[in-house]
Amino acid sequence: MERVMMKGNEALAEGAIRAGCRFFFGYPITPQNEIPEYMARRMPEVGGVFLQAESEVSAINMVYGAGGAGGRVLTSSSSPGISLKQEGISYLVGAQVPCVIVNVARGGPGLGGLTPSQSDYFQATKGGGHGDYRLLVYAPGNAQEMVDLIGLAFDKAEAYRNPVMILTDAIMGQMMEPVVLPPLREVSPDKPWATTGKKGRSKPNLINSLGIVGEDLERINVELQAKFARMAADEVRYEADGVEDADLVVVAYGTSSRVVRSAISRLRQEKKKVGLLRPVTLWPFPQQILAELAAAGKRFLVVEMSAGQMVEDVILSVNDRAKVTFFGKLNGTVPTVKEVYDRIMSLLPEGGEE
Amino acid sequence: MTHEIICAGFGGQGVMLIGQLLAYGGMLEGKEVTWFPSYGPEMRGGTANCSVVISDQPVGSPIVAEPDGLIAMNGPSLTRFKTAVKPGGVIVYNSSLVTAVPALPGVKICAVPANELARELGNDKISNMVVLGAFLGLTKAVAVSSIETALQQVLPARRHHLIPLNSAALRKGFSLVTE
Repeated sequence: MERVMMKGNEALAEGAIRAGCRFFFGYPITPQNEIPEYMARRMPEVGGVFLQAESEVSAINMVYGAGGAGGRVLTSSSSPGISLKQEGISYLVGAQVPCVIVNVARGGPGLGGLTPSQSDYFQATKGGGHGDYRLLVYAPGNAQEMVDLIGLAFDKAEAYRNPVMILTDAIMGQMMEPVVLPPLREVSPDKPWATTGKKGRSKPNLINSLGIVGEDLERINVELQAKFARMAADEVRYEADGVEDADLVVVAYGTSSRVVRSAISRLRQEKKKVGLLRPVTLWPFPQQILAELAAAGKRFLVVEMSAGQMVEDVILSVNDRAKVTFFGKLNGTVPTVKEVYDRIMSLLPEGGEE
Repeated sequence: MTHEIICAGFGGQGVMLIGQLLAYGGMLEGKEVTWFPSYGPEMRGGTANCSVVISDQPVGSPIVAEPDGLIAMNGPSLTRFKTAVKPGGVIVYNSSLVTAVPALPGVKICAVPANELARELGNDKISNMVVLGAFLGLTKAVAVSSIETALQQVLPARRHHLIPLNSAALRKGFSLVTE
């Protein structure tokens, strides 16, 4: 298979095209601008639509329209822009419109900075908009996963009729790595729920998140919760590297997991028993494996580029059965390999010798 | 074997390009590679840099904090990164723009009068390729031929007529340190 070098943002954009995405609506913001730039060039080549909206709010509502009509739709932005989209995301879930939303996260709160951050974890996994809802959230760990997970995201969005989010960050977006691109695939337009015209059916299709009549709202929410339960049961993905015989398991995703991996490979050369548990889905969170590892007596270090967000899910997963330590960076910088190495060393029993 | 490299210089000196060529060349040799640029608000005339990792293993952190190779195309870049270079590492710098460099313990430092050599070849703009050639000669991070193949892929077609010139510059730098 031929490998090509691509920036993470471009790999993601090409991955979307090859997965049949034909509609992109967005508004510029660093550090995700390579996505709309790429789409502006590429979409016309495949007969798709690229449209730069007048705002993020407008873009997410265009997603609602095109997704409701059955299109494979993508929007991308970075943290402050994703905040603007939250109302639209809640509506998309309520109306059960499939779509993919990409957050190439930067530091916040507020306008923040342009540097990478993982401080949007709560927003992505706990629901940044109103109402009882969940998004399936993927966190790519390299450029290849940018390609692979965006393809998967479109399939899952349609399978569940729910928005799917890709939560990544500035490093993953700006970095170039070799990727193997899948072939362009044709996607079946067959979506019986889509608003593409009545075509002889007796009842018109309706895309709507309103549940104001009688017990409609309860019925809608029961239906949604059943769907989220199916997602929680079937969609957990993670990578476990050397966790079985580890004294300490480091939990990290995205860019942090890359730094952790470098630190762990150094530690293993020194015969230290350290494992990596990398959630690929941030929601549903890999609770089960963490609970099992906790029950097996492991201790945990969580590394994030935030004040500590995913660490709360790790603590919930291990449920007092194990000690969980946190190491985070707040200023939009990435922890160095040495910082993570030193932190792990300080947690290993007797310096971790066998 | 893993090479962790920082390429740095003024904007316009082609440091991002030589970083990409290193990564591409490594990929063509079947290695795992990453290229990561400095990005964000930059000052006109300021410095630009990129991190390149070339390894037999999957690459962890794409950000190089302690390089074993530094290509410095100007003085500010050398000042900023030289003390980060690991013992046993290599610094190749553009001595056309940098004067005295004090010795660093355990680090091999190589001066390349890149602007003069580029001018001898007839084009000032290929000083980056001369320095890259010297870096390859010292580190063997990737083969010169892999960089030449990478040029076909990295440069847009309208620039392909410049590949022989780039190739000559690479080989000039390479032979400077190997002969």
